[in-house]
Amino acid sequence: MIDNMTHLENLENTSIHILREAYNRFGNLCMLWSIGKDSTVMLSLARKAFFGHVPFPLVHIDTHYKIPEMIVYRDNLAREWQLDMVYGENSAALKDKLTFPDGNTTRIECCKNLKTEALRNTLSGEWPRYRMDHSTRTYKVDKNTEPYTGVIVGIRADEEGSRSKERYFSPRDKNNDWDVGDQPPEFWGQYKTDFKPGTHIRIHPLLDWTELDVWEYIRQENVPVVPLYFNQGDGKRYRSLGCWPCTNPVDSDARNFDEIIEELKTGKFANIAERSGRAQDKEDGGGLEELRKDGYM
Amino acid sequence: MDTCKNNCSPVRELKEMNIVIVGHVDHGKSTVIGRLLADTGSLPDGKLEMVRELCRRTSKPFEYAFLLDALKDERAQGITIDTARSFFKTEKRKYIIIDAPGHIEFLKNMITGASRADAALLVIDAHEGIQENSRRHGYMLSMLGIKQVAVLINKLDLIAEGDREGIYDNIVNEYGAFLQQIELKPTCFIPVSAAEGYNIADKTGYMDWYTGPTVLDALDRFTEVLPPDDLPFRMWVQDTYKFTAQNDERRIIAGTVSSGKLHVGDEIMFLPSGKKTFVKSIEGFNEEPKNTVSAGYATGFCMTEQIYAKRGELITIIGQDSPLTGSKIKASVFWLGKEPLLPDKNYKIKIGSAQVGCRLTSVIGVLNAATLEGVEQTFVERHEVARCVFRLDRPLAFDVAGQFEETVRFVIVDGYEIAGGGIITDMADDTELNKKLIRRDIKWIKSSITAEEREKYYNQKAQLIVLTGKTQTDKKSIARNLEKALLKSGKIAYYLGIGNLLYGVDADIKSEDSLNTPEERHEHIRRLGEVANLMLDAGNILIVTASELGSGELDTLRQIITTDNVLTVWVGPAVNRIRDFDLSLDDGEMDVAAELFRIINPPPACAGFPL
Repeated sequence: MIDNMTHLENLENTSIHILREAYNRFGNLCMLWSIGKDSTVMLSLARKAFFGHVPFPLVHIDTHYKIPEMIVYRDNLAREWQLDMVYGENSAALKDKLTFPDGNTTRIECCKNLKTEALRNTLSGEWPRYRMDHSTRTYKVDKNTEPYTGVIVGIRADEEGSRSKERYFSPRDKNNDWDVGDQPPEFWGQYKTDFKPGTHIRIHPLLDWTELDVWEYIRQENVPVVPLYFNQGDGKRYRSLGCWPCTNPVDSDARNFDEIIEELKTGKFANIAERSGRAQDKEDGGGLEELRKDGYM
Repeated sequence: MDTCKNNCSPVRELKEMNIVIVGHVDHGKSTVIGRLLADTGSLPDGKLEMVRELCRRTSKPFEYAFLLDALKDERAQGITIDTARSFFKTEKRKYIIIDAPGHIEFLKNMITGASRADAALLVIDAHEGIQENSRRHGYMLSMLGIKQVAVLINKLDLIAEGDREGIYDNIVNEYGAFLQQIELKPTCFIPVSAAEGYNIADKTGYMDWYTGPTVLDALDRFTEVLPPDDLPFRMWVQDTYKFTAQNDERRIIAGTVSSGKLHVGDEIMFLPSGKKTFVKSIEGFNEEPKNTVSAGYATGFCMTEQIYAKRGELITIIGQDSPLTGSKIKASVFWLGKEPLLPDKNYKIKIGSAQVGCRLTSVIGVLNAATLEGVEQTFVERHEVARCVFRLDRPLAFDVAGQFEETVRFVIVDGYEIAGGGIITDMADDTELNKKLIRRDIKWIKSSITAEEREKYYNQKAQLIVLTGKTQTDKKSIARNLEKALLKSGKIAYYLGIGNLLYGVDADIKSEDSLNTPEERHEHIRRLGEVANLMLDAGNILIVTASELGSGELDTLRQIITTDNVLTVWVGPAVNRIRDFDLSLDDGEMDVAAELFRIINPPPACAGFPL
């Protein structure tokens, strides 16, 4: 930490450096945009890093169980910021109703189908990708099926155990697997940017950020976030966004940035895990690492 | 207890500090962290209960260390395999504790964790004493440049009360002497028991003889790293941007400032290319326009001239102390690779944003990082540290160890993996020559035509082709044939034999013996390099012949000329130092001129050899 910079400046500048490094080192780079606050902060950081541009596609995995406001917000922001917007999905599982809301799988299996599998096959280009056509404002099947070799992901080390062990540049093998026991060394701002054909690298610019940092940055930069994060008058808000069958809002009166930050710092959430509203975590022994080893974000 | 659980306002004004905790396996690092978290009230509600419950289910006695072992893998092995981060705060600041594994197998993870830290806690088990990794980790902290270390002498609860002071003193003396040898000055030695909470947050444990700080006090006494703003300006070119979307006309040089400050209007120089220009504007997005940018900021700027700057060049301000440029470095290296660091194997070196092929030229000495014993070897094994000389495939700009960090530190990539790290301690190139070259580049009078524009006019890139071989090998005919072929295909080429210089440019130093006396020969080569540099600056494809050029002389030529576009060729039967050349072509077996023409001017640009 450099002493003359504020905490947020330190975080911001490190993240920008990482984003620029990723952009330079990877020919086929994309950024995963979950529509949540973290990856939206990452998107804002990219606009700073590239002086108002976002020079790579934003990839969203659409489970078709996302809270509807999330998709509306995604497409609006994509148009406003002229983003190269791409989404992927597991159409087979959706068609065969191999999901938890259909009553045919556990929550974890549903995550594996709709998120992990969809992600793997979207990144590799084996399943169709749908790209926004800004002239018609609709999505069309993307002709580019090249696998992405660099994938920028907005995970944070403070979220839960397994994420705290990640690298900024983290290799994934052919099967998207993460070898937790044998990770590359990472020091002096030098990252793993060389990789075998068939493998890819996940890049984590927000690794050092906390939930509070994210909200303080959102306030400082006025980052547009989904209104679901705020109490709309019913005394509830979402603290973490996901699919509606597995994500519950928390009781909260916070209506704006200041109130959320106050609530996180001193209020009832100061010592409660952020993902406490996510039902699938509990099935996975609280570690998420079973899901993450297979490529979950 | 002095905690900061709630309402510890104003929280945001607190500074943050990264602390790494290191030490031999099982000396109690995780327990120290678990205790720090618990004693500062920093655990999320239910976490302690969750871990106690887990221990109950798996029939294990509860330990503070389990709080950190979030991964199932890790619990199974009972050792920390990777760096995990924990957060807590005191009244003074917020801490991120990076837990680095103590097992030798995971040294690369320890280094990963430690390199992110501003200061370190080093844990030694009082019962077991100083172990191999106690020393190795101390050594790595020193190499990584971590200057603040507090040593925790742990598990004193297992020592009889009357023996504690003596054991403590012995470790302080022995380990203190070791740290002194590696030039690391610890801020304090603290007798603790993490399991029982002695001297972690509070002074407990019946150790009245100890009057120093607790662990929390020691943490709060660490000082923040001061920004290297007062040093000469250094910034690696990370990338150059020219985004065309939304009619953006800017051409931006992007990078993060390593040291010093940059102002609008500063005259800057890119090294090693020697290109010069002025800073026109400092660019940003969604922020107030800036006139100055300082160390630590990821920034970008536009220049008054559209010069072509490449990633990996080092930006400096003219008038401030220059870095060195060269292609041979002396360095202290630590090796992490599964395969040893071998001479004559191809590696890649990454320093800042620069990346270039390199080879280990020689090992000056290998040191066992745990025992500090010297070993004589021609290679460096995993987990060893060594002093080495490397040859880079092309010159880079860098500083030597001392004030600078980001222009001194490098990593070595073996295949796809980062396999080692090092610190440049000196350049092995000719430093006198280097000074001359930097002065030359600063004083260089530029034409209004840039190298890129000249390339467009001439439809060719300037290139140097050096033909060498035994004295009796006929290099001159090859050069003449190649020159002719290039001219016929529309290129601008010139053949320059070293003889053209010896009795003209070199008349003042030429004697019967001057090519055989090292100092005079060096001056002949230097002048050949400078003349070649002029002709290359003029945009030529230049063919030079000289007999028996050695690898050092080729390095000198590469150092002098500002283009990287150099092809060195050994003509004649292969010799044992053939690796020093880009190509080895035997004139007994092929038409060397035709082969070179094909290499320089590949089809379909030109279908045949036009003679």
